[in-house]
Amino acid sequence: MSGLIKSSLAKKYWMAATGLFLCLFLVGHLAGNLQLFIPGEEGKIQFNEYAKFMTTNPIVRVLSIVTFASVLFHVIDGIILTVANKKARPQNYAYSKPSKNSIWTSRNMGVLGTIILAFIITHLSNFWYKMKFGSLPVDSAGYTDLHGVVMEAFQSPIYVIIYVVSMVAIGFHLWHGFSSAFKTMGVSHKSYTPLIEKAGYAFSVIIPLGFALIPIYVFLTNS
Amino acid sequence: MKLDSKIPEGPLDKKWTNHKSNIRLVNPANKRNIDVIVIGTGLAGASASASLAEMGYNVKAFCFQDSPRRAHSIAAQGGINAAKNYQNDGDSVYRLFYDTVKGGDYRSREANVYRLAEVSTNIIDQCVAQGVPFARDYGGLLDNRSFGGVQVSRTFYAKGQTGQQLLLGAYSALSRQISKGKVKLYNRHEMVEIVKVDGKARGIIAKNLVTGELERHGAHAVVLASGGYGNVFFLSTNAMGSNGSAAWKAHRQGALFSNPCFTQIHPTCIPVSGTYQSKLTLMSESLRNDGRIWVPKEKEDAEAIRQGKLKPTDLPEEKRDYYLERRYPAFGNLVPRDVASRAAKERCDAGYGVNKTGQAVYLDFASAIQRYGKEEAAVQGLKNPSAQEITDLGKKVVASKYGNLFQMYEKITGDNPYQTPMMIFPAVHYTMGGLWVDYNLMTSVPGLFATGESNFSDHGANRLGASALMQGLADGYFVLPYTIGDYLADDIRTGPISTDSKEFEDAENEIVERTQKLMNAKGKHSVDEYHKKLGLIMWNECGMSRNAEGLKKAMKEIQELRADFWENVKIPGNINEYNPELDKAGRVADFLELGELMCKDALEREESAGGHFREEHQTEEGEAKRDDENYAFVSCWNYKGNPSDAELIKEDLVFENIELKTRSYK
Amino acid sequence: MNLTLKVWRQQNADSKGEMVTYKVSDITPDMSFLEMIDVLNEGILSGDIEDKQNYGPVAFDHDCREGICGMCSMYINGEPHGPGRAVTTCQLHMREFSDGETIYIEPWRAKAFPIIKDLVTDRSAFDRIIQAGGYVSVNTSGNTQDANALPIPKENADAAFDAATCIGCGACVAACKNSSAMLFTSAKVAQLSLLPQGEPEREKRVMDMVKQMDEEGFGNCTNTGACSVECPKEISLENIARMNREFLRANLTSSK
Repeated sequence: MSGLIKSSLAKKYWMAATGLFLCLFLVGHLAGNLQLFIPGEEGKIQFNEYAKFMTTNPIVRVLSIVTFASVLFHVIDGIILTVANKKARPQNYAYSKPSKNSIWTSRNMGVLGTIILAFIITHLSNFWYKMKFGSLPVDSAGYTDLHGVVMEAFQSPIYVIIYVVSMVAIGFHLWHGFSSAFKTMGVSHKSYTPLIEKAGYAFSVIIPLGFALIPIYVFLTNS
Repeated sequence: MKLDSKIPEGPLDKKWTNHKSNIRLVNPANKRNIDVIVIGTGLAGASASASLAEMGYNVKAFCFQDSPRRAHSIAAQGGINAAKNYQNDGDSVYRLFYDTVKGGDYRSREANVYRLAEVSTNIIDQCVAQGVPFARDYGGLLDNRSFGGVQVSRTFYAKGQTGQQLLLGAYSALSRQISKGKVKLYNRHEMVEIVKVDGKARGIIAKNLVTGELERHGAHAVVLASGGYGNVFFLSTNAMGSNGSAAWKAHRQGALFSNPCFTQIHPTCIPVSGTYQSKLTLMSESLRNDGRIWVPKEKEDAEAIRQGKLKPTDLPEEKRDYYLERRYPAFGNLVPRDVASRAAKERCDAGYGVNKTGQAVYLDFASAIQRYGKEEAAVQGLKNPSAQEITDLGKKVVASKYGNLFQMYEKITGDNPYQTPMMIFPAVHYTMGGLWVDYNLMTSVPGLFATGESNFSDHGANRLGASALMQGLADGYFVLPYTIGDYLADDIRTGPISTDSKEFEDAENEIVERTQKLMNAKGKHSVDEYHKKLGLIMWNECGMSRNAEGLKKAMKEIQELRADFWENVKIPGNINEYNPELDKAGRVADFLELGELMCKDALEREESAGGHFREEHQTEEGEAKRDDENYAFVSCWNYKGNPSDAELIKEDLVFENIELKTRSYK
Repeated sequence: MNLTLKVWRQQNADSKGEMVTYKVSDITPDMSFLEMIDVLNEGILSGDIEDKQNYGPVAFDHDCREGICGMCSMYINGEPHGPGRAVTTCQLHMREFSDGETIYIEPWRAKAFPIIKDLVTDRSAFDRIIQAGGYVSVNTSGNTQDANALPIPKENADAAFDAATCIGCGACVAACKNSSAMLFTSAKVAQLSLLPQGEPEREKRVMDMVKQMDEEGFGNCTNTGACSVECPKEISLENIARMNREFLRANLTSSK
């Protein structure tokens, strides 16, 4: 069993497992956020009610702790692996053409991950922190008005650009990460691996696109 | 010197069993106190090291490559023979024995060959147990194919990489013993001398190729599994590092060298394309199953093709000479290797050769493509298929059979063999000759053993396809591990061999001196220049056909070349560093002696047998003429300083179970 | 053809290396890459090719020159074994290059493959991985059961063969941005896990081989697939997934 903690493969299993869990999180998160497309007061109240549910429901709270832990684990594990990988080649090639044998995203998961981490921190301080620790006004139904915060934030074109760019990074990260995680977990077969790969590509386009449309939609409709 | 081949008494099929039951053994506790050195980690060496270690001996294994897995056994393509009779086509131990003796043109020992055929079946069992992925049929059982002129399907194979798979099997067994500490591996080490103490082989001087340091290693016995000496020709299908030095050092220490002139020239290799060429690539013999070999009938056409004015595909059927089918209607394109090679040379010498150098013949798949295309069209139920459809279908069938070989050919030559015929020419491939060994695989130096291609024992004057792998593994897994005990039984009280003795001291000093001499030469020409010159002399005078005059001339030329080499060779760098040029120089120095002995042996053998074709000894139709009355012996050369002074000792070959016949493939 | 070569020169393991420029001429398209290096070395030896710093002939590993021994190992123009696919350096021919081109030639670079001299590296880490368990523990008694006593489905035998064609050249490690040896290790694990002969030691084998692989200092697999693309024997990435599965399975089920 020690192989599941110390070995290089174990570190990869954890990377894959946390990554796949975070993919599930993305689905849930997007599903909730889609409520931002509902116009008017009705949409506002529904979203704020949802936000309250998400911050108070015990099951969701447990899930959110797991999510935070996963992100943390994914980041730390990623750093450990990257450091080890750098150590494995102390001297680099004078001339190398990796584009001949692999796609860009697969070689730059660390860079993409760092962008995503920076985004997560920004994102949390923008919304989650304000919701949790800030003093926000309440809406007509008495819920904390996170909806208003969102609407206000995306008035700024800079925020919109940051969010859209970050979603592109997430898309690239998923483009390689999704199917790679399955391979790392040993899930591979010539009959279904192509399906997993296709699903991964679809996932990495649809989910980030869904997220990216929100700030754009808000920006275009509210300003 | 009197030779005792130690062939056991009794009927042929009982000899090995009886011998095994009667030879002396070393008990397990004593084996722990006995050290054995094995030189080489190919099929013979890796299997011997692994087996000896399993039995309990302490083994030191040496290879000059960076890993034991790189030994040149890895390059064998076709397969390995074994008398399993899985195909129920009438194969038997006797038949394999018979085919091997006949194929070797009756110049091998009956008893040794019979033993080889006997243990051949164990080899397959052993390899499968090790996880060697042989080809299988849909029922999950092992598949066989036929090979080189025999009438049964007894060749086990793993696509075109049988040698690789068998070697990796032996390498894995070796690795297992290394992990147990029973084998100590010395990679990037080359044996540079054998050390004798009181007339017995008691160790070696090895050179660490990375640091240039000389190391002394003592042992109770030394096993050579160092391969053949085909690289004496410079151009051959051998690896660049393959060399005859270990065997030659043994010869200098008193081991007899047998039948050095028996060289196998393989008919289907990719021709030489320029003077820069460093090696020749073999195309599997299996291609001759479907390819037809031809040259133009008219010299003018050959000339036009050489100048690039005419394409082979434009030459109509009636202007082509399918010379093997013409000369040997019974076997056609499937005559044995030596016959096919000589026929190609004959046509090219007569001016019908087809590539720029005039040293190539065509191997054409056009008619096979048509034949398979029609068959396939019938199978698919196509009515009135167009010519194009037939060709396309035929190409598909050919691709499924030989795809990887066609691809390899295209990679090397840049020509597409589906569209234009392949060009091929014979190339040096294997050496049947080697160190003389008795039935126990011991050379004439007590305690010094030789296995695999490095000994002379099983293939006579010509080796059959898929038999080299069989011999290497038979020697290493199943013969030597038993027979070595008979010798080592005397050594249970000897104790560790000290390397501080005068003998080791002297041997080391001599190597230092020799190396110094090489480094101090005047430095005009590179080692490769000498090697290429030697190769050319050997190829021209001691290659596919030989004559007395040419051989005498060659001996003289080699002597001169050797003198010039020691005087003028140029070696860069220092002794105490990684210096491949220096290592190469040591090997070429040995080839420059061995080459001369090969010529001397060829000159001495006044007959044509197998790979040895003397122009003076042929029938009116140009076929080989053997002389069983005067030359049914193994020539064993005793070192006397210069190769030209070597003393000939004969071991008469006695045939009690086989009637000597003229080989005919007409 | 005339070419400019930029070659990594390094006296020995301890010295610092550098890229050195050489000019070679009269190269023909039919030459193999290694024959081109032979020409370079002959030129350096004879003085026809300028070797300012006096490094002497370029040391490089090579042996069979027909793509099967796995000895040759050059990182050419940014790729292991150069621009060709399914070829080793010795099978790469000069017709892949054009007149006047500059060619960069470097050794494999990985902590686990220390440089011995110039383009020669020490790959014995691979041998040690095999020694850790890349075998079936069967003695050579000659009395094992008959080879046909145990039928093996053709599909498995073929898949095992495909994995077993690995030549151990190390191009996978050289190509991988992490210098991971997963393709090499997994090919052996996969071969033996597909065969009934490998079954008894299945768990122990994968655990021991992975442990050794980690100890040698190779990096981690990120499934970029570069290894498989550059592999001269086109060993499939599928083997890596299989080893991941085998290792997980072994750790969950083994009694050790």
